[in-house]
Amino acid sequence: MIEFFGFLAHQAPLVTVLAPAFGALLVTLFGRGKAEAGLPLALISLSLSSVGAVVTLFHVLASGGELRYRLGGWAPPFGIEYRIDALAALTAAAVVLVGLVNAVFSKTRVAAEAGEKAPFFYTLYLFLLAGLCGIVFTNDAFNLYVLIEITSLTSYALIAMGNRRAALSSFNYVIMGTVGASLYLLGVGYLYIKTGTLNIDGMRAAMAEAGIWGDASITVAFILILVGLWTKMAFFPLHGWMPNAYSYAPTAVGTLMAPLMTKVMVYVMLRVMLFAFGADFSYGGAGCGDIVVALSTVAIVAGSLLALARSDIKKMLTYLIVAEVGYMVGGAWVGNEAGLTGAAYHILSDAAMTFCLFMAVSIIVLRTGDHRLTAFTGLFRKMPLTMIGFTVGALSMIGLPPTCGFFSKWYLVGGGIEAGRWDYVVALLFSSLVNAVIFFRIFERAYFGEMDEPAPAGDDADSRPSQPLERVPWSMLVPLFLAAAAVLLVGLFNNTLAGWLRAALAI
Amino acid sequence: MEPALASFLQEQIVPKFNYWVYVVLMMIGLYAMIAKNNLIKKLIGMSIFQTAIILFYVSVGAKDGAGIPILDHHTYEHALEHPGDEHIDRDGYANPLPHVLMLTAIVVGVSTLGLALAIAQRIFTSFGSIEEDEILEKLQPGGHD
Amino acid sequence: MVQDSYLPLLAFLVSLCAVPAIVWLRRAPNRREAATFVAAFLKFGFVLAMLPAVLGGEVLRFCFFEILPGLPLEFRVDGLGLAFALVASGLWIVTSLYSVGYMRGAGEGNQTRFFVCFAISLSATMGVAFAGNLFTLYVFYEMLSLSTYPLVTHHGDREARTGGRTYLGYLLGTSIAFVLPAMIYCYVKTGSPMTFASSGFLAGEVGPAGGMVLLLMLTFGFAKSGLMPFHSWLPGAMVAPTPVSALLHAVAVVKVGVFCVIRVFTGVFGTGFLGELDVAYVVSWAAAFTVVTSSLIAMSQDNLKRRLAFSTIGQLSYIVLGVSLLSPYAVQGSMMHIAMHAFGKITLFFCAGAIYVAAGKKYVSQLDGLGRTMPWTMGAFAIGAMSVTGLPLTGGLLSKIYLIWGAADAGQLALLAVFVVSSVLNGVYFFPIVYRAFFCAPEGGAAPGGIKEAPLACVVPLTFTAVVTVLLFFFPGLLFELSSLMIAAE
Repeated sequence: MIEFFGFLAHQAPLVTVLAPAFGALLVTLFGRGKAEAGLPLALISLSLSSVGAVVTLFHVLASGGELRYRLGGWAPPFGIEYRIDALAALTAAAVVLVGLVNAVFSKTRVAAEAGEKAPFFYTLYLFLLAGLCGIVFTNDAFNLYVLIEITSLTSYALIAMGNRRAALSSFNYVIMGTVGASLYLLGVGYLYIKTGTLNIDGMRAAMAEAGIWGDASITVAFILILVGLWTKMAFFPLHGWMPNAYSYAPTAVGTLMAPLMTKVMVYVMLRVMLFAFGADFSYGGAGCGDIVVALSTVAIVAGSLLALARSDIKKMLTYLIVAEVGYMVGGAWVGNEAGLTGAAYHILSDAAMTFCLFMAVSIIVLRTGDHRLTAFTGLFRKMPLTMIGFTVGALSMIGLPPTCGFFSKWYLVGGGIEAGRWDYVVALLFSSLVNAVIFFRIFERAYFGEMDEPAPAGDDADSRPSQPLERVPWSMLVPLFLAAAAVLLVGLFNNTLAGWLRAALAI
Repeated sequence: MEPALASFLQEQIVPKFNYWVYVVLMMIGLYAMIAKNNLIKKLIGMSIFQTAIILFYVSVGAKDGAGIPILDHHTYEHALEHPGDEHIDRDGYANPLPHVLMLTAIVVGVSTLGLALAIAQRIFTSFGSIEEDEILEKLQPGGHD
Repeated sequence: MVQDSYLPLLAFLVSLCAVPAIVWLRRAPNRREAATFVAAFLKFGFVLAMLPAVLGGEVLRFCFFEILPGLPLEFRVDGLGLAFALVASGLWIVTSLYSVGYMRGAGEGNQTRFFVCFAISLSATMGVAFAGNLFTLYVFYEMLSLSTYPLVTHHGDREARTGGRTYLGYLLGTSIAFVLPAMIYCYVKTGSPMTFASSGFLAGEVGPAGGMVLLLMLTFGFAKSGLMPFHSWLPGAMVAPTPVSALLHAVAVVKVGVFCVIRVFTGVFGTGFLGELDVAYVVSWAAAFTVVTSSLIAMSQDNLKRRLAFSTIGQLSYIVLGVSLLSPYAVQGSMMHIAMHAFGKITLFFCAGAIYVAAGKKYVSQLDGLGRTMPWTMGAFAIGAMSVTGLPLTGGLLSKIYLIWGAADAGQLALLAVFVVSSVLNGVYFFPIVYRAFFCAPEGGAAPGGIKEAPLACVVPLTFTAVVTVLLFFFPGLLFELSSLMIAAE
């Protein structure tokens, strides 16, 4: 019996990835003609996957370092290997837990918005999550490409399941996403020529052995891969595809992708920087650290200001994500432990708070039938429970203690100060202040109610739900509270989490 | 022809012909994706872009005068009998790995294209056009953000 | 000397625990208010229970847990913190009584929300008073800003919205833009847990230029101290119901601001180290400017509460000015002035509220002859005004003497003159009110018959605080002891 559990524990990473993948197949198989079969199968497979992720996390923490898992027992460089450290395990756990909670949250919405296509919806949904988990675990550069494309393809399709605007945004996303993924693939090709391997650790070892850090082709590969990933993570000014895609997507898709996609891509960037190329090259040899931090400063400022100018709530949130991506890229590039820890920690904390905010905003848009800031008028009285969730997420975005947003900002600002990057520090504080303006403007409206001001322009029929909700079901409120609790818990236990992350990223 | 140009052609262009083609194809694809107004033309550009990368990978695996990477019977037995004997002529075989990778990449490319075409069809049915400017025109006033 | 204790935690938590009770009893106002009173008395009791140990030279410590690497979230109760906590928790009892009278008398809505936010903000105040390090201080400082926002904007009208916007804009903006980066800088550069120590945890870690920048960021960042140019939130916040203005904007919130500044001077830098750096004079002059300017502005205000607000800004800057003189006498005077001014000013605010409830008057120009119909209220007002001006037989004199003595000790004659001149100005803007009330004939000629005071629940608290103001002149011993504990530690 113990052996059996030991075996299961050992296979946990595979379970995490494969459970949703097989779930997806089963949904297609059994879901034909039975629209209600999708959700239970999705919940079962995601629960299995969550168990797998949590077991993996404990396993990694118990082993004190990293876990390596060979798919099918094939050793690298020929086989594909999973390499799981604390950051990977935590990110994977965040991915599947968000997937699971969001499945519950969107229960009623999928039935309403996808209708008889619900089984296909869940197929794509599960494949997307399987792909994200795979991205987090894999240690093979080409496998990573394939998984990135799996997540992209499923997300294109999921977004396009929305209204006509969603289809149009999805089309733009296809174009941008394909360019990004292709550039990544090209960079991997260069690396493969120089190192003869596709294993991420193997690449670093081969480059170190051959002493080819100075080669132009390595730098070119580095830049190609980075630009490819930046496109995928919507790093300003490569963010053009994101705001429309996330705000016009079906409710369940927006709440799933906004917290996960960009964050997983930041994770991939960290992985590539630290493990494929190594910290010495990324921060030294490549010689682009200063520029990238400057770019991230621009991204933060631009994202915040663009968010300030929006009157559509969801679009405003997506521009905030643009700014948050700037936080993480900058933190990853200031080149010290604090910044790196901050970037990694912010992957988790941003996932929690974006999830929380997107759920709250989705509920509000659905319930009020208004997609603009005017929707918030008097909401503290009308929808107090939803507003509690929204408030927690908003305070975290502003960066007030004890929410997780405060602590990521703490680490990131600390990293910026240590590196002497005052522009980055000022940008972070500026973004906090702008977020404070954005959210307190909303709180004011929600608190004071109608003040007979002119309604903001830009009412957009495609953003309005066709049928406002009669009442908010508990299946939406409970997930919102879970996310709000996560925002607080990730904040309160930041010291523990950051400790694990620091060990995983030791440079 | 100028001698300098001739030597440049000989040293930089001719031996690396494949790579130049890949770069040119890629630029054509990128141009089409950005500049074309018609959604289908954009997709054609995307396909060209992806194909360029496939060409690049395939070029990496190719070698002058090399054959398909399948060991014949004798060589295989010889290798089994004399382990450690480097009898296998590496230059005689093309590198199979990039080609295998590209099989996957082609599959990815095809599915992306298929999906994108489906989306384009959906756009056509809901907007009655696949010209970007006409679609944006229909979306006024909320279209330009 | 440091002793672990749960008392600080209990004193902090008790008002938070009252929140569910207040919400639960929202349908029965009398029992709801009983919950507030129970919490208030318990809180005062817990704070009093810490007195013997602190007077015995102990520092009571309670550590929640290590929230950031090497940085605990912890309470450390010393003389300064306890003195402040005593004043705040004691006045909460009085204010609660007054709130009941005022809120019911003036027929305000949303009373449950009012009492809930009041309880939360008192917890935050305790958190600030007991904070053992800069990080803990910051956390509770922000908590106080947020929990008082619904109180300031209680009326929910356009004016309240504007006031609330200014309020949060200044308080949140300065704390995020100045305090947060300065604090992270301290943490990154020193790697210390930023525990307040009499020698200052920054001592020897920064040069004069860096020290100057940090000092300015920390002093102006804690904008609750009302230092110009970040003062306009306070007059803006006067749209709040009077009990809020009384407790929060004469005692808790603004005193938290100056308390933070005192902590920055004595705990973060240490007065000795600041003397070496020779940078505190910038703050001194900013404070001196604020003292004089705000007094001049106060003279021109016709709205009674706004006049009191500008008076508060000036009095707060006395405290900042005192501590920035770095002389032990002045520092002790500053600490005492927190308490002295608290009692004097809360009396004045209580009176302003009582006048509004009983007579519906908000402006100084309407107060003619009011002393005849509201003798108790206006009598208390006179005592409060005497104390804030610093006249004999009221506590305000003692702290002002210390401040002036400190200025002389520091050799700053110009700043000494500021104290004197502004005291005169204080008299100029307060005593016309008293004069009008008692010696002018009421508008419309005929005096309305008889005495018409505010509800008893309003009059009793204001009489009580007025009496305490006088008593503090005769029995200032406890405050002396607590504040000299801090001086002795240096």
